[in-house]
Amino acid sequence: MSSVPVQLSAKDFKSDQEVRWCPGCGDYAILAAMQGFLPELGINREKIVFVSGIGCSSRFPYYLNTYGMHSIHGRAPAIATGLSVSRPDLSVWVVTGDGDALSIGGNHLIHALRRNVNLKILLFNNKIYGLTKGQYSPTSELGKITKSTPYGSADSPFNPISLALGAEASFVARTIDSDRKHLQSVLRAAAEHEGSAFVEIYQNCNIFNDGAFDVLKDPETRDAYLIGLQHGEPITFGKDREWCVVHPPGAFGLEVRRTSEVDEREIVVHDATVAEPAYAFALSRLPGGDLRHTPIGVFRSVGRPTYDAIVQEQVATAQAKLGGTAEEELANLLNAGDTWSID
Amino acid sequence: MAKETQQLDRVVIRFAGDSGDGMQLTGDRFTSETAQLGNDISTLPNFPAEIRAPAGTLPGVSSFQVHFADFDILTPGDAPNVLVAMNPAALKANLTDLPRGATIIVNTDEFTKRNLVKVGYEKSPLDDGSLASYHVHPVALTSMTVGALADHPISKKDAERAKNMFALGMLSWLYSRPHASTLEFLRKKFAARPELVAANIAAFEAGWSFGETTEAFAVRYEVKPARMHTGRYRNITGNTGLALGLVAAGVRAKLPVVLGAYPITPASDILHELSKHKKFGVTTVQAEDEIAAAGIALGASYGGSLGITTTSGPGVALKSETISLALMLELPLVVIDVQRAGPSTGMPTKTEQADLNMALYGRHGEAPVAVIAPRSPADCFDAAIEACRIALTYRTPVLLLSDGYIANGSEPWLLPVVEDLPDLRVEFASEPNGEDGKFLPYLRDPETLARPWAVPGTPGLEHRIGGLEKKDITGDISYDPANHDFMVRTRAARIERIRVEDVAVEDPSGQAKVLVLGWGSTFGPIGAACRDLRQRGLNIAQAHLRHLNPLPANLSQVLGAYDKVVIPEMNLGQLAQLIRGRFGTDVIAYNQVRGLPFTSSELAAMLEEVVKNV
Repeated sequence: MSSVPVQLSAKDFKSDQEVRWCPGCGDYAILAAMQGFLPELGINREKIVFVSGIGCSSRFPYYLNTYGMHSIHGRAPAIATGLSVSRPDLSVWVVTGDGDALSIGGNHLIHALRRNVNLKILLFNNKIYGLTKGQYSPTSELGKITKSTPYGSADSPFNPISLALGAEASFVARTIDSDRKHLQSVLRAAAEHEGSAFVEIYQNCNIFNDGAFDVLKDPETRDAYLIGLQHGEPITFGKDREWCVVHPPGAFGLEVRRTSEVDEREIVVHDATVAEPAYAFALSRLPGGDLRHTPIGVFRSVGRPTYDAIVQEQVATAQAKLGGTAEEELANLLNAGDTWSID
Repeated sequence: MAKETQQLDRVVIRFAGDSGDGMQLTGDRFTSETAQLGNDISTLPNFPAEIRAPAGTLPGVSSFQVHFADFDILTPGDAPNVLVAMNPAALKANLTDLPRGATIIVNTDEFTKRNLVKVGYEKSPLDDGSLASYHVHPVALTSMTVGALADHPISKKDAERAKNMFALGMLSWLYSRPHASTLEFLRKKFAARPELVAANIAAFEAGWSFGETTEAFAVRYEVKPARMHTGRYRNITGNTGLALGLVAAGVRAKLPVVLGAYPITPASDILHELSKHKKFGVTTVQAEDEIAAAGIALGASYGGSLGITTTSGPGVALKSETISLALMLELPLVVIDVQRAGPSTGMPTKTEQADLNMALYGRHGEAPVAVIAPRSPADCFDAAIEACRIALTYRTPVLLLSDGYIANGSEPWLLPVVEDLPDLRVEFASEPNGEDGKFLPYLRDPETLARPWAVPGTPGLEHRIGGLEKKDITGDISYDPANHDFMVRTRAARIERIRVEDVAVEDPSGQAKVLVLGWGSTFGPIGAACRDLRQRGLNIAQAHLRHLNPLPANLSQVLGAYDKVVIPEMNLGQLAQLIRGRFGTDVIAYNQVRGLPFTSSELAAMLEEVVKNV
């Protein structure tokens, strides 16, 4: 940033619009965490843009006093790509949901990640369609009973982290609406990443899918269910770190063991910078259908040239070769090739 | 041996061969030589959608027609005077278009039993008398080319492939074309392989000498330069014209151009051309799909660029929701639809103008946008600039309807002077426009009804916009019934208020009772038909619409001045329906949807009937 950022507070990022999510919605907590985090970015409000699609989560931009666009269902990553590639000076965030990003907009999501466009993509995953009042979503579990699936859903869900990794994402993380500190730490890491940052945020829809993530929040269960990933630290979890993650010889993936039953050297030390995505993918496969062994934190954070930078460099290199003014060059262009004169 | 030279005023030649025979290139080079000479020209390529259909088959035939004359011409010609057929398939596929007495030059080497059977000839048409009403010149093109290149260090296959240059040399001699530019072209094209430069030039020269020495051609022809406006010209296709117009619009607006596009026939060439011009600040993004292509363009417009997306009909269908968003956001967006024969995949390489209804009405809700259409390849440059002018000035999506006929056809283009092009500069909002330093994103310019273009990065103007209905002036979300009614009417008024030039009427006699009204690529055939009628002493008036929405202010008056209005269209009467509905004019719709442009003779015959019965 060329201009010196103004010192801002959470209050400065609140817009004048009345927030209209259902009382008790997890989106409130995410909004508050975001408003609390944005001053840390050190970027002036006018340089920040939130682009969303359609759905409950996509109302997000209205409540932030930055630039914002509430666009069309599923298309936010495409629109944000056009903005980011033409305005590398901006900090561009995409706010989306499980239906918006993974169903109607699945194509745009994977291509934004593949290109490594400099976007911070926040996927609020509540495993349900909320705004249309309760149909199953592409992250709902098989057999889910909803308004549109009274006999149970026949669809198997996406694992959003696995999907993002398969789409060549350079940064992939997961966090939870209710854990403000963790959520902000993940936002911070995403903001610092050059390129696409994909963040799945588990978010409770207290109207249509209440309690979907309770086991990850309940003090009785959460320690045994959540695996907090810390870069450079051995992956252990549980109240007394009694569980750990190992890579058994000959196995394709990672497994959970009792810490007391393995040699300390066998415990996987988390490294988000591993170039090979298979490691992060294996982490993403740890949880079962009951959410037991759900890793949260940064799965993957690797450096890769951004689409924006490559495109901008091509344009800049070409522009450096401009011999004259744009008008003179245009005249040359129009007069190029086989021309003839009529006198 | 000096041969007799005969003067002609116009000639239509069609080069036809297998997709791999290089007919498009041969036609291009002949056109370029012809342009150098100062003839007026108009070209029409015709090729299959299949990249390489099986060799020697009818679906694999590719052709290129060039019409050149010593006067100004409007179409690539209804029917060829000369057909160059490189194989039996090319002969069979094109023979029905040939009038009696036309000249046919055939490559006899390809008239083998096997090739004849492939296209269903039981006997060779060269021997069975079926071509008796044509002037047939049998030429052993392949073997003479191979013979001429015997001493060249190239493969037999490469030698055979040079036969198109032999044919070009022969035709260049026959029509007295200057050929320095072709030799220069070959030097550049094969610069990496000097042996191919030498071989292709040798093949060209062998063809030229053959023309000069063979007794088959007793005369050669000349077509004198046409009298055209003075100035510098180049030959241009519609797609290239559009691409250059978009580059020029960016320069004149002093804005970066961002193109989002997904490959689609026949629009892809615009993406190819624009991707070369990064030095003008042009960014091209080949998107993952048509929807993303429009989204990328809109996102760029939001950020202060000139956002453009190019496609054909099926792509417009996919972009429709994004066009509606652009309309709600009131941001500039230029959508180019190079129409092709539909619906669905239809006939991708064939032309049609049946997307007018989609352009005008193909969105949910009350969603008017500006719609314009170029009339010819050389007109595309100006049309692109006009589309950008409207989009930038009125902050609206603009649909530009080209078509396959204009896109691939070419004609001489009088090069514009850059400084005379419209000044398209716009002002971004820089200051709050409301009380207490508040920014009101939907406070409009009272004249254009355009809202401020406040781009991210501008301090103090942070605001949120979206597809939800918004309150007038503030842009806040609003479900108020009266406000929605007001906003719907305002968005319609914004399009109605776009200032467009009056439609001009050509009626040399001033006595015409019949007006023929057209839009888009029918301009050439309609104009040629009108000219034909006038030469025969009949009066007819012609008007051609550039703007389809809004329509020119004087159109009602123009329509009212004639007893009969005829509207020829390559659809089932879409403009005719609009004119009937809007003005209550009882128009005669003349429609064909064959994937081909009208011929001027069929239009002339139809118009003559109308004129004589009025």
